[in-house]
Amino acid sequence: MNIDLYKKLYLIRRAEQGIIDNYATDAMKTPMHMSMGEEAIVAGVCQALKKTDQVLGTYRSHALYLAKTSETHKFFAEMYGKITGIAGGKAGSMHLSSPENGYLMSSAVVATTIPVAVGVAYANKLRKTNAITAVFFGDGAIEGGVFWESLNFACLKRTPVIFVCEDNGFAVHTDQWTRHGYDSIDKIVSQFDCLSFKSSSTDAGVIYDIAANAIQEAKKKKKPAFLHFNYYRYLEHVGVNEDFDAGYRSKKEFYKWYKVDPILVARKKLIADGLNEENVQKIEQKINERVVLAINAAEKAPFPSKEKLYEDIFYGKKN
Amino acid sequence: MAKKINKKPKKARTLTYADAIKEALFQEMTRDKRVIAYGIGLPDHKAIFGTTSGLLEKFGPGRVFDTPISEDAMTGFGIGAAMNGLRPVYHHIRVDFLLLTMNQLANIASTVSYGSGGKLGAPLVIRAIIGRGWGQGFQHSKSMQSVFAHIPGLKVVMPTTAHDAKGLLISAIRDGNPVLFLEHRWLYWQTGEVPANSYEVPIGPGQILRKGKNITIAATSWMNVEAVQAADILSRRGIRAEIVDVRALSPLDDKLIVESVKKTGHCIVADLDWVNYGVSAEIAARVYQKCFGHLKAPIERIGFANTPCPTVRVLENEFYPNAATIVRAVEKQLKLSPMDLSKENFYSHENRFKGPF
Repeated sequence: MNIDLYKKLYLIRRAEQGIIDNYATDAMKTPMHMSMGEEAIVAGVCQALKKTDQVLGTYRSHALYLAKTSETHKFFAEMYGKITGIAGGKAGSMHLSSPENGYLMSSAVVATTIPVAVGVAYANKLRKTNAITAVFFGDGAIEGGVFWESLNFACLKRTPVIFVCEDNGFAVHTDQWTRHGYDSIDKIVSQFDCLSFKSSSTDAGVIYDIAANAIQEAKKKKKPAFLHFNYYRYLEHVGVNEDFDAGYRSKKEFYKWYKVDPILVARKKLIADGLNEENVQKIEQKINERVVLAINAAEKAPFPSKEKLYEDIFYGKKN
Repeated sequence: MAKKINKKPKKARTLTYADAIKEALFQEMTRDKRVIAYGIGLPDHKAIFGTTSGLLEKFGPGRVFDTPISEDAMTGFGIGAAMNGLRPVYHHIRVDFLLLTMNQLANIASTVSYGSGGKLGAPLVIRAIIGRGWGQGFQHSKSMQSVFAHIPGLKVVMPTTAHDAKGLLISAIRDGNPVLFLEHRWLYWQTGEVPANSYEVPIGPGQILRKGKNITIAATSWMNVEAVQAADILSRRGIRAEIVDVRALSPLDDKLIVESVKKTGHCIVADLDWVNYGVSAEIAARVYQKCFGHLKAPIERIGFANTPCPTVRVLENEFYPNAATIVRAVEKQLKLSPMDLSKENFYSHENRFKGPF
């Protein structure tokens, strides 16, 4: 297990725990779509990407932001709606981005950033930057026509884009059996002129290997790649709590997945690889401290001034 | 060999509106290799009313291409390409198809800058053809400028003259933001003075298309043609109408309209769209606010009938306002008796406006 990869995983989990611990104060007035359970997918894929590669995400993108940027101060400041946040409080939890780190955009409308990613990738192709663009979306996005439109065009133009489907089996609270008129998405996607990979592993190392291989193959064959990863969403669709009492899914299922929790799996591997418990704890302690510092700084930072409302409506012009 | 010196004064160069657009595309794509042009049928033999012919041959398939019929994705594609260093110009043969792209326009394109704290922009131009043809019916005839102009973060322009078609398209391509560029198909046939060099017409201010002192007509797109004809008819009875070509709906610089109404005391807004909740309402509201003490009569608003657009000509003629509608509105405002318009030859699909203004 790569230490940097573990750091990514632990940072994501710890930062979200920080949100949970402080959410009840109601100081973070932004709807939280928590990443808990999906960390291995995002951390593994981002580990395989270069800093200059680009990602786009959804409203459930805390993990993606932290994995791509390893940045916590602007992250928490945005959650608290402070001027020091990534967009000075205008974006909140659902619209994270960090263009300087290659994280271009997140959208709160399902499937919406998929075609945008194809355009970003096409620009890379035309400009010969050699960069890869990865777009993350849930399994519900596949039900949107724009997914198929985007996949078709990306294949047609041999665009350097990686489609990453984070499949948790639910669209909000609706299970896949209520939504799918097909058996296997992978079978359908494989009929397009692209590469297709699938895994249900919660081992970030496995995800990393798949992603690194997919990126290499995609570049070599000049084709897009579709990565289909299963995971289990630990918390409610939106909010920081469990919702097993709601009746649409069982806690048994959760326990099954929690046995192979991405952070626990990675930690065990790290120790099995020879790092001792004490050193792992040191790594974790540093991250704990960073998160606490970031939360404290965010709490103390000022809110945007009222005139900021009218800034940046148009690019390059303060009006 | 000595160069022959041409002593004759240079005659102003004229182009059609369609050729002015084509020239803007060629000049911008030559100047800036980031500019790409795409859209359904763009490189086919019809070439978007001839406005894109030769682009593919000159600039190659990487920068000029046809697309699948996937308006939603192709709009997101344009936004992404624009965010990542290109300057895409997306072409639509009918504005009605943009309804398939509203998620990308209203949720994404318009918020790239705002949502990134001003770090990113989406310099995407969307050319869309609007307007009336020969029985286009209710899904090939919309304008929709008010729908787009309602959304903060989108710019919306409607060039009327050939000169502005070129200059505004160049400005739109160079702008750092999404710009909707709406072209009325009946304007394509007109000829006007168009400088051969590259030039920008700023997005925002309107222009006085005709000077007058008795009444202000603020018009958009094709309605300027109708306004000019109405002004000609009215001039025969000594009425001098001032025509303000609004040109840009967002941002809307209402300075010229306001100045004009303060001078004339009368205002008609002739918008090429439905009246209810439309651009005419916005302009009228601003004029009421800024010219309250100057108005001598309530503002008249002219636009499409509040119905879907019918196909058959006799109903279509009822649906669309024309110069006669404007003349009647002016007569009402100025308390004049109705003129006899039975001998007038109004514009139609067959009776084309050839320019110049």
